[in-house]
Amino acid sequence: MSDYNFGLTTFDQSGKLTQLDNSLKAVSNGDTSLGIRAKNGVVVATEKKPHSPLVDVEDWDKVYPIAESIGCVYSGIGADARLLVRRARKQAEIYKRGYNESIGTNLCAKKLGGIAQDFTQSGGVRPFGVSLLIAGYDAQRGCQLYQVDPTGAWWCWKASAIGKNQTNAKTFLEKRYNDEMELEDAIHVALLTLKEGFDGDVTSKNIQLGVVRESTKKFQVLTSEEVQDYLDQLS
Amino acid sequence: MSIMEYNGGAVVAMKGKDCVAIACDRRFGTQQTTVAMDNTRIFKIHNKLYIGLGGLMTDVQTVGQILQFRHNLYRLREKRNMSPAAFTKVVSNLLYSKRFGPYFVDPIIVGLDKNDEPFVSSMDLIGATEISDNFACVGTTEDELYGICENLWNDKMEDKDLFETISQSLLSATDRDCLAGWGSVVYLIKKNSVEISELKARQD
Repeated sequence: MSDYNFGLTTFDQSGKLTQLDNSLKAVSNGDTSLGIRAKNGVVVATEKKPHSPLVDVEDWDKVYPIAESIGCVYSGIGADARLLVRRARKQAEIYKRGYNESIGTNLCAKKLGGIAQDFTQSGGVRPFGVSLLIAGYDAQRGCQLYQVDPTGAWWCWKASAIGKNQTNAKTFLEKRYNDEMELEDAIHVALLTLKEGFDGDVTSKNIQLGVVRESTKKFQVLTSEEVQDYLDQLS
Repeated sequence: MSIMEYNGGAVVAMKGKDCVAIACDRRFGTQQTTVAMDNTRIFKIHNKLYIGLGGLMTDVQTVGQILQFRHNLYRLREKRNMSPAAFTKVVSNLLYSKRFGPYFVDPIIVGLDKNDEPFVSSMDLIGATEISDNFACVGTTEDELYGICENLWNDKMEDKDLFETISQSLLSATDRDCLAGWGSVVYLIKKNSVEISELKARQD
């Protein structure tokens, strides 16, 4: 591994792009997020840990709707996430305007991957410091979960986690995941997984959940009351 | 002299029960001179989607080819064919993007949607769209076609009746138009097949 860092667009001698590895590290420093695909829906969840008790957590959203049937969570630098989400929302609208149809989840992930890749091969820019977990429903493929990395790579998951606790969370998910899961089961597993690596107690105010259901075909950010209901069911 | 009448030509489309048909004449002229009698104005987009274009022949060919190009890329990206409704939007946007220097074409789009329901739509040269319940007509013979279609079309036509009706409509109408005719091509689009027929007409 080279000690030199000639900037983003230069490969080092071992064939690595150091900046990209560093951007993945920035993602791993972020709050944990996870997503689980069930037979009849997808759930995405994220920690919402404020850096000071004075922060108004009610006013802070970490789950972002992108289109009527698509939404996402992120791990990493919040400001970068907001920019990507903004781009995704616009691309979804442009698609709708052009084809009179809603964009498919995989195409949304593909476009975001393309945007992220642009920032790994241009001058004077840095890569995004955020990975996204995108949950969505489309008529072609049903409910799906995609991850988009700062490298521009994107792929489909049955269940996954990103951020600080990703290794433990993924191990936990591997044990708990099965192909026959219903959405309600998936939400429970998502909450349990968050609890596993959580520093302190999980409450409805320090996590946030988003759900896309096959029955409604809509992506919905759960209110803290709904989250509380699910937490109560756990205990 | 209108630019839309320079080359002549007519296209008509009709909805049937579980099928659609689109037909065009075969004349290609420069004003009064006939240059070709084997011309076609209809382009296949995919098995269940066709577009016919009236108007200036050079733009008919260009727009037809551009749309085939766009659909081929769409199919590679999305791994499926475009629905007629989505395609209509694409055509409309393409035409409006040239709002102040337009393509001189009047498109008619026919197809079967994902449930194999018949679909017919048409628009003007800058993309104002109309989705029809019955039929659509464009070209130099538009007015004559409207008259005949209005009388001959009914909502109970199966494929054989639809073929008869659209053929008679186009042949009769173009007989009254010196800038269109010289035979016709009829595409009859059904769930599992497309029948292409070439009709002989008055060769004048």
